[in-house]
Amino acid sequence: MNPILPHLVLCEGDGAAPPAAGERFTAVLALLEQGFTLTCAGPDHAPVPSAEAPGATLLDWPALRGADPAARAAELAAQVRAREATDARPWLPWFPVIDYDRCTHCMQCLSFCLFGVYGADADKHLRVEHPDQCKTNCPACSRVCPEAAIMFPKYKAGPINGEPVQDADLQREKMKIDISALLGGDVYALLRARSERARSRFSKERDADKALAERQKCLAQLAAEVPPEVLQSLPSPEEIARRAEEAAARARAARQG
Amino acid sequence: MKAPVILYCHCRYAQVLPDAVKRAVLERLCASGQPFEAVPDLCELAARRDPRLARLAATGALKIAACFPRAVKGLFAAAGAPLAADRTQVVNLRVLDAEAAGAALLAAELSPNLPPDKETPAAAAAAPAPAPVP
Repeated sequence: MNPILPHLVLCEGDGAAPPAAGERFTAVLALLEQGFTLTCAGPDHAPVPSAEAPGATLLDWPALRGADPAARAAELAAQVRAREATDARPWLPWFPVIDYDRCTHCMQCLSFCLFGVYGADADKHLRVEHPDQCKTNCPACSRVCPEAAIMFPKYKAGPINGEPVQDADLQREKMKIDISALLGGDVYALLRARSERARSRFSKERDADKALAERQKCLAQLAAEVPPEVLQSLPSPEEIARRAEEAAARARAARQG
Repeated sequence: MKAPVILYCHCRYAQVLPDAVKRAVLERLCASGQPFEAVPDLCELAARRDPRLARLAATGALKIAACFPRAVKGLFAAAGAPLAADRTQVVNLRVLDAEAAGAALLAAELSPNLPPDKETPAAAAAAPAPAPVP
Protein backbone atom coordinates (compact mmCIF):
# COMPACT_ATOMS: atom_id res chain seq x y z
CA MET A 1 0.00 0.00 0.00
CA ASN A 2 1.05 3.53 -0.70
CA PRO A 3 0.26 5.61 2.41
CA ILE A 4 -1.37 8.91 1.71
CA LEU A 5 -1.35 11.93 3.95
CA PRO A 6 -4.24 12.47 6.37
CA HIS A 7 -6.93 14.76 5.04
CA LEU A 8 -8.99 17.13 7.16
CA VAL A 9 -12.07 19.02 6.08
CA LEU A 10 -12.55 22.19 8.10
CA CYS A 11 -16.26 22.83 8.20
CA GLU A 12 -17.59 26.35 8.49
CA GLY A 13 -20.95 25.96 6.81
CA ASP A 14 -24.41 25.73 8.26
CA GLY A 15 -24.29 24.76 11.87
CA ALA A 16 -20.59 25.36 12.29
CA ALA A 17 -19.09 28.05 14.45
CA PRO A 18 -16.79 30.17 12.25
CA PRO A 19 -13.38 31.16 13.58
CA ALA A 20 -12.43 34.66 14.57
CA ALA A 21 -10.24 36.77 12.32
CA GLY A 22 -6.72 35.39 12.18
CA GLU A 23 -7.72 32.19 13.92
CA ARG A 24 -8.31 30.41 10.64
CA PHE A 25 -4.86 31.30 9.31
CA THR A 26 -3.06 30.22 12.49
CA ALA A 27 -4.84 26.89 12.57
CA VAL A 28 -4.44 26.18 8.84
CA LEU A 29 -0.74 27.01 8.96
CA ALA A 30 -0.21 24.75 11.97
CA LEU A 31 -2.08 21.86 10.35
CA LEU A 32 -0.08 22.17 7.13
CA GLU A 33 3.13 22.13 9.14
CA GLN A 34 1.86 18.94 10.76
CA GLY A 35 1.53 17.34 7.34
CA PHE A 36 -2.23 17.41 6.88
CA THR A 37 -3.88 18.02 3.57
CA LEU A 38 -6.81 20.34 4.07
CA THR A 39 -10.10 21.32 2.59
CA CYS A 40 -11.17 24.69 3.96
CA ALA A 41 -14.85 24.80 3.22
CA GLY A 42 -15.21 28.49 3.94
CA PRO A 43 -17.84 30.24 6.04
CA ASP A 44 -20.45 30.51 3.32
CA HIS A 45 -20.16 27.00 2.03
CA ALA A 46 -21.59 23.72 3.13
CA PRO A 47 -19.20 21.02 4.28
CA VAL A 48 -17.70 19.09 1.39
CA PRO A 49 -19.78 16.01 0.63
CA SER A 50 -18.00 12.85 1.62
CA ALA A 51 -18.03 11.69 -2.00
CA GLU A 52 -15.65 14.53 -2.80
CA ALA A 53 -13.36 13.81 0.11
CA PRO A 54 -13.51 10.11 0.81
CA GLY A 55 -11.61 9.09 3.88
CA ALA A 56 -11.34 12.64 5.15
CA THR A 57 -11.86 13.63 8.76
CA LEU A 58 -14.41 16.40 9.22
CA LEU A 59 -13.60 19.02 11.84
CA ASP A 60 -15.66 21.86 13.14
CA TRP A 61 -13.79 24.94 14.33
CA PRO A 62 -14.42 24.40 18.03
CA ALA A 63 -12.20 21.35 17.71
CA LEU A 64 -9.32 23.64 16.80
CA ARG A 65 -9.92 26.31 19.37
CA GLY A 66 -7.54 26.81 22.23
CA ALA A 67 -4.81 29.00 23.53
CA ASP A 68 -2.25 27.43 21.25
CA PRO A 69 -3.49 26.38 17.79
CA ALA A 70 -0.14 24.82 16.91
CA ALA A 71 -0.23 22.58 19.97
CA ARG A 72 -3.85 21.72 19.23
CA ALA A 73 -2.86 20.85 15.66
CA ALA A 74 -0.11 18.55 16.91
CA GLU A 75 -2.55 16.88 19.25
CA LEU A 76 -5.02 16.41 16.42
CA ALA A 77 -2.31 15.05 14.18
CA ALA A 78 -1.45 12.40 16.76
CA GLN A 79 -5.11 11.45 17.21
CA VAL A 80 -5.84 11.18 13.49
CA ARG A 81 -2.68 9.24 12.76
CA ALA A 82 -3.40 6.82 15.55
CA ARG A 83 -6.98 6.32 14.41
CA GLU A 84 -6.10 5.94 10.74
CA ALA A 85 -2.95 3.95 11.46
CA THR A 86 -1.17 6.20 8.99
CA ASP A 87 2.28 4.81 8.50
CA ALA A 88 3.57 7.35 6.03
CA ARG A 89 7.07 7.94 7.28
CA PRO A 90 8.65 11.35 6.99
CA TRP A 91 10.38 11.65 3.67
CA LEU A 92 11.88 14.67 2.02
CA PRO A 93 10.25 14.56 -1.38
CA TRP A 94 13.26 15.01 -3.64
CA PHE A 95 12.96 13.02 -6.83
CA PRO A 96 13.08 13.59 -10.58
CA VAL A 97 9.94 14.79 -12.33
CA ILE A 98 9.87 14.01 -16.02
CA ASP A 99 8.70 16.60 -18.52
CA TYR A 100 7.04 14.17 -20.92
CA ASP A 101 6.60 16.98 -23.41
CA ARG A 102 10.37 16.96 -23.80
CA CYS A 103 11.44 13.43 -22.90
CA THR A 104 12.41 11.24 -25.85
CA HIS A 105 12.75 8.09 -23.72
CA CYS A 106 16.40 7.81 -24.70
CA MET A 107 17.12 6.19 -21.32
CA GLN A 108 20.33 8.09 -20.74
CA CYS A 109 19.16 8.95 -17.24
CA LEU A 110 18.37 5.32 -16.58
CA SER A 111 21.87 4.41 -17.73
CA PHE A 112 23.39 7.11 -15.57
CA CYS A 113 21.61 6.64 -12.26
CA LEU A 114 23.33 4.24 -9.90
CA PHE A 115 20.50 4.17 -7.42
CA GLY A 116 17.75 2.46 -9.39
CA VAL A 117 15.45 5.47 -9.45
CA TYR A 118 14.49 4.99 -13.10
CA GLY A 119 12.88 2.17 -14.99
CA ALA A 120 10.97 1.57 -18.18
CA ASP A 121 7.51 0.24 -18.77
CA ALA A 122 6.34 -2.29 -21.32
CA ASP A 123 5.94 0.48 -23.89
CA LYS A 124 9.60 1.43 -23.48
CA HIS A 125 8.64 4.66 -21.78
CA LEU A 126 10.83 6.05 -19.09
CA ARG A 127 9.34 6.01 -15.62
CA VAL A 128 10.44 7.09 -12.18
CA GLU A 129 10.28 3.73 -10.52
CA HIS A 130 11.72 4.35 -7.07
CA PRO A 131 11.52 8.07 -6.23
CA ASP A 132 12.44 7.37 -2.63
CA GLN A 133 15.84 6.02 -3.69
CA CYS A 134 16.85 9.38 -5.12
CA LYS A 135 19.64 11.18 -3.27
CA THR A 136 18.42 14.36 -1.66
CA ASN A 137 19.65 17.55 -3.31
CA CYS A 138 21.45 15.66 -6.07
CA PRO A 139 20.37 16.89 -9.51
CA ALA A 140 23.05 15.02 -11.44
CA CYS A 141 20.78 12.97 -13.71
CA SER A 142 19.11 16.13 -14.96
CA ARG A 143 22.52 17.24 -16.15
CA VAL A 144 22.91 14.29 -18.46
CA CYS A 145 19.50 14.68 -20.07
CA PRO A 146 20.07 16.00 -23.60
CA GLU A 147 16.55 17.44 -23.71
CA ALA A 148 16.52 19.16 -20.31
CA ALA A 149 13.47 17.03 -19.54
CA ILE A 150 14.29 16.14 -15.94
CA MET A 151 13.10 18.53 -13.28
CA PHE A 152 13.66 18.76 -9.57
CA PRO A 153 11.04 21.29 -8.49
CA LYS A 154 12.88 22.06 -5.25
CA TYR A 155 16.17 22.82 -7.04
CA LYS A 156 17.44 26.38 -6.84
CA ALA A 157 17.94 27.19 -10.51
CA GLY A 158 16.39 26.73 -13.90
CA PRO A 159 15.66 24.92 -16.02
CA ILE A 160 16.08 22.07 -13.51
CA ASN A 161 13.56 23.69 -11.17
CA GLY A 162 10.91 23.74 -13.90
CA GLU A 163 11.60 27.12 -15.42
CA PRO A 164 10.90 27.19 -19.15
CA VAL A 165 13.74 25.70 -21.16
CA GLN A 166 15.53 28.26 -23.30
CA ASP A 167 17.49 27.65 -26.47
CA ALA A 168 20.65 28.54 -24.59
CA ASP A 169 19.93 25.77 -22.09
CA LEU A 170 19.71 23.23 -24.88
CA GLN A 171 22.94 24.42 -26.45
CA ARG A 172 24.64 24.00 -23.12
CA GLU A 173 23.20 20.51 -22.78
CA LYS A 174 24.61 19.57 -26.15
CA MET A 175 28.05 20.84 -25.34
CA LYS A 176 28.51 19.55 -21.90
CA ILE A 177 28.07 15.84 -22.09
CA ASP A 178 29.68 13.14 -24.07
CA ILE A 179 27.32 10.49 -22.90
CA SER A 180 29.39 7.59 -24.14
CA ALA A 181 32.13 8.71 -21.82
CA LEU A 182 29.67 8.93 -18.98
CA LEU A 183 28.50 5.42 -19.62
CA GLY A 184 32.11 4.38 -19.46
CA GLY A 185 32.21 5.43 -15.88
CA ASP A 186 34.23 8.61 -16.15
CA VAL A 187 31.72 10.62 -14.24
CA TYR A 188 31.78 8.28 -11.31
CA ALA A 189 35.54 8.26 -11.32
CA LEU A 190 35.45 12.01 -11.23
CA LEU A 191 32.91 12.07 -8.44
CA ARG A 192 35.00 9.68 -6.41
CA ALA A 193 38.10 11.69 -7.12
CA ARG A 194 36.36 14.77 -5.82
CA SER A 195 35.32 12.90 -2.74
CA GLU A 196 38.89 11.80 -2.16
CA ARG A 197 40.12 15.34 -2.63
CA ALA A 198 37.61 16.58 -0.12
CA ARG A 199 38.91 14.09 2.40
CA SER A 200 42.60 14.65 1.83
CA ARG A 201 42.42 18.35 1.00
CA PHE A 202 44.82 17.56 -1.75
CA SER A 203 44.31 18.21 -5.37
CA LYS A 204 46.40 18.20 -8.43
CA GLU A 205 45.93 19.25 -11.97
CA ARG A 206 44.23 16.69 -14.09
CA ASP A 207 45.86 15.79 -17.34
CA ALA A 208 43.31 16.13 -20.01
CA ASP A 209 43.78 16.55 -23.67
CA LYS A 210 42.17 19.45 -25.38
CA ALA A 211 39.44 17.39 -26.97
CA LEU A 212 38.21 16.35 -23.57
CA ALA A 213 38.58 19.72 -21.90
CA GLU A 214 35.01 20.82 -22.36
CA ARG A 215 33.64 17.55 -21.10
CA GLN A 216 35.93 17.61 -18.11
CA LYS A 217 34.78 21.11 -17.33
CA CYS A 218 31.20 20.01 -17.48
CA LEU A 219 31.82 16.97 -15.38
CA ALA A 220 33.54 19.13 -12.82
CA GLN A 221 30.49 21.35 -12.76
CA LEU A 222 28.35 18.28 -12.31
CA ALA A 223 30.49 17.03 -9.48
CA ALA A 224 30.35 20.40 -7.79
CA GLU A 225 26.60 20.14 -7.62
CA VAL A 226 26.47 16.70 -6.09
CA PRO A 227 26.10 16.99 -2.32
CA PRO A 228 29.07 15.78 -0.25
CA GLU A 229 26.94 13.18 1.52
CA VAL A 230 26.09 11.61 -1.82
CA LEU A 231 29.74 11.59 -2.78
CA GLN A 232 30.64 10.00 0.51
CA SER A 233 28.04 7.31 0.00
CA LEU A 234 29.18 6.30 -3.44
CA PRO A 235 30.02 2.63 -3.49
CA SER A 236 33.37 1.14 -4.34
CA PRO A 237 34.71 1.50 -7.90
CA GLU A 238 33.95 -2.16 -8.52
CA GLU A 239 30.38 -1.77 -7.29
CA ILE A 240 30.00 1.40 -9.36
CA ALA A 241 31.17 -0.46 -12.43
CA ARG A 242 28.75 -3.28 -11.72
CA ARG A 243 25.79 -0.98 -11.18
CA ALA A 244 26.67 1.16 -14.19
CA GLU A 245 26.79 -1.93 -16.37
CA GLU A 246 23.51 -3.13 -14.91
CA ALA A 247 21.84 0.24 -15.54
CA ALA A 248 23.22 0.40 -19.04
CA ALA A 249 21.90 -3.09 -19.75
CA ARG A 250 18.46 -2.08 -18.48
CA ALA A 251 18.53 0.99 -20.68
CA ARG A 252 19.60 -1.05 -23.71
CA ALA A 253 16.84 -3.54 -23.01
CA ALA A 254 14.30 -0.75 -22.69
CA ARG A 255 15.41 0.85 -25.94
CA GLN A 256 15.44 -2.40 -27.86
CA GLY A 257 12.31 -3.89 -26.28
CA MET B 1 -20.19 29.70 -13.92
CA LYS B 2 -18.54 27.76 -11.14
CA ALA B 3 -15.60 29.53 -9.51
CA PRO B 4 -12.21 27.91 -9.99
CA VAL B 5 -11.09 25.60 -7.23
CA ILE B 6 -8.05 27.02 -5.44
CA LEU B 7 -5.19 24.75 -4.42
CA TYR B 8 -2.39 26.07 -2.23
CA CYS B 9 0.94 24.21 -1.88
CA HIS B 10 2.87 24.99 1.30
CA CYS B 11 6.14 23.49 -0.04
CA ARG B 12 6.78 22.26 3.45
CA TYR B 13 10.17 20.65 2.97
CA ALA B 14 12.08 23.28 1.07
CA GLN B 15 12.87 26.96 1.16
CA VAL B 16 12.35 27.50 -2.54
CA LEU B 17 9.16 29.45 -2.03
CA PRO B 18 9.82 32.64 -0.07
CA ASP B 19 8.37 32.14 3.38
CA ALA B 20 6.96 35.64 3.54
CA VAL B 21 5.14 35.12 0.24
CA LYS B 22 3.74 31.75 1.33
CA ARG B 23 2.47 33.13 4.62
CA ALA B 24 0.98 36.25 3.10
CA VAL B 25 -0.81 34.30 0.39
CA LEU B 26 -2.17 31.77 2.87
CA GLU B 27 -3.25 34.53 5.21
CA ARG B 28 -5.06 36.26 2.37
CA LEU B 29 -6.78 33.05 1.36
CA CYS B 30 -7.93 32.44 4.91
CA ALA B 31 -9.18 36.00 5.27
CA SER B 32 -11.05 35.87 1.97
CA GLY B 33 -13.62 33.40 3.20
CA GLN B 34 -13.26 31.54 -0.09
CA PRO B 35 -13.13 27.77 0.07
CA PHE B 36 -9.75 26.35 -0.86
CA GLU B 37 -7.66 23.21 -0.77
CA ALA B 38 -4.26 23.21 0.89
CA VAL B 39 -1.53 20.59 0.80
CA PRO B 40 1.68 20.49 2.79
CA ASP B 41 3.82 19.61 -0.22
CA LEU B 42 2.66 18.94 -3.75
CA CYS B 43 5.84 17.00 -4.54
CA GLU B 44 5.11 14.58 -1.71
CA LEU B 45 1.51 14.05 -2.79
CA ALA B 46 2.67 13.39 -6.35
CA ALA B 47 5.25 10.84 -5.25
CA ARG B 48 2.67 9.08 -3.13
CA ARG B 49 0.13 9.24 -5.97
CA ASP B 50 -2.38 10.71 -3.58
CA PRO B 51 -5.87 10.26 -5.08
CA ARG B 52 -6.71 13.85 -4.15
CA LEU B 53 -4.60 15.01 -7.09
CA ALA B 54 -6.71 13.05 -9.56
CA ARG B 55 -9.88 14.48 -8.02
CA LEU B 56 -8.46 18.00 -8.24
CA ALA B 57 -7.32 17.51 -11.83
CA ALA B 58 -10.81 16.40 -12.75
CA THR B 59 -12.55 19.16 -10.86
CA GLY B 60 -12.95 21.73 -13.63
CA ALA B 61 -11.30 25.12 -13.46
CA LEU B 62 -8.34 24.99 -11.12
CA LYS B 63 -5.91 27.59 -9.78
CA ILE B 64 -2.77 26.25 -8.18
CA ALA B 65 -0.48 28.32 -5.99
CA ALA B 66 2.85 26.54 -6.19
CA CYS B 67 5.96 26.90 -8.34
CA PHE B 68 6.73 26.83 -12.06
CA PRO B 69 3.87 25.71 -14.33
CA ARG B 70 6.11 23.19 -16.10
CA ALA B 71 7.00 21.57 -12.77
CA VAL B 72 3.40 21.52 -11.56
CA LYS B 73 2.27 19.93 -14.81
CA GLY B 74 4.98 17.29 -14.44
CA LEU B 75 4.04 16.57 -10.84
CA PHE B 76 0.39 15.94 -11.67
CA ALA B 77 1.41 13.78 -14.62
CA ALA B 78 3.71 11.82 -12.32
CA ALA B 79 0.75 11.20 -10.03
CA GLY B 80 -1.26 9.82 -12.94
CA ALA B 81 -3.50 12.89 -12.79
CA PRO B 82 -2.75 14.99 -15.89
CA LEU B 83 -3.98 18.56 -15.75
CA ALA B 84 -6.24 20.04 -18.40
CA ALA B 85 -4.34 22.83 -20.10
CA ASP B 86 -7.44 24.84 -20.90
CA ARG B 87 -8.71 25.02 -17.34
CA THR B 88 -5.62 25.22 -15.16
CA GLN B 89 -3.75 28.29 -14.01
CA VAL B 90 -0.58 28.03 -11.98
CA VAL B 91 0.27 30.97 -9.75
CA ASN B 92 4.02 30.85 -9.37
CA LEU B 93 5.01 31.72 -5.80
CA ARG B 94 8.68 31.49 -6.74
CA VAL B 95 8.50 34.57 -8.91
CA LEU B 96 5.41 36.56 -7.91
CA ASP B 97 5.15 38.77 -4.88
CA ALA B 98 2.43 38.12 -2.33
CA GLU B 99 0.18 40.89 -3.61
CA ALA B 100 0.24 39.70 -7.22
CA ALA B 101 -0.08 36.04 -6.25
CA GLY B 102 -3.02 36.68 -3.94
CA ALA B 103 -4.79 38.79 -6.52
CA ALA B 104 -4.29 36.16 -9.21
CA LEU B 105 -5.62 33.41 -6.96
CA LEU B 106 -8.72 35.26 -5.86
CA ALA B 107 -9.62 36.80 -9.22
CA ALA B 108 -12.79 35.39 -10.69
CA GLU B 109 -11.32 34.84 -14.13
CA LEU B 110 -9.02 32.00 -15.04
CA SER B 111 -5.88 32.55 -17.13
CA PRO B 112 -4.66 29.12 -18.23
CA ASN B 113 -0.88 29.03 -18.45
CA LEU B 114 0.35 25.45 -18.54
CA PRO B 115 3.01 24.79 -21.17
CA PRO B 116 1.46 23.24 -24.26
CA ASP B 117 1.48 19.51 -24.75
CA LYS B 118 3.75 18.16 -27.41
CA GLU B 119 2.07 16.75 -30.47
CA THR B 120 1.37 13.41 -28.92
CA PRO B 121 -0.41 14.39 -25.72
CA ALA B 122 -1.36 10.79 -25.12
CA ALA B 123 2.23 10.26 -24.09
CA ALA B 124 1.84 12.66 -21.20
CA ALA B 125 -1.61 11.46 -20.27
CA ALA B 126 -0.38 7.91 -20.26
CA ALA B 127 2.76 8.84 -18.42
CA PRO B 128 3.78 5.84 -16.42
CA ALA B 129 3.22 6.05 -12.73
CA PRO B 130 6.01 6.17 -10.20
CA ALA B 131 6.22 3.34 -7.77
CA PRO B 132 4.79 3.93 -4.30
CA VAL B 133 6.85 5.60 -1.67
CA PRO B 134 6.93 3.56 1.51
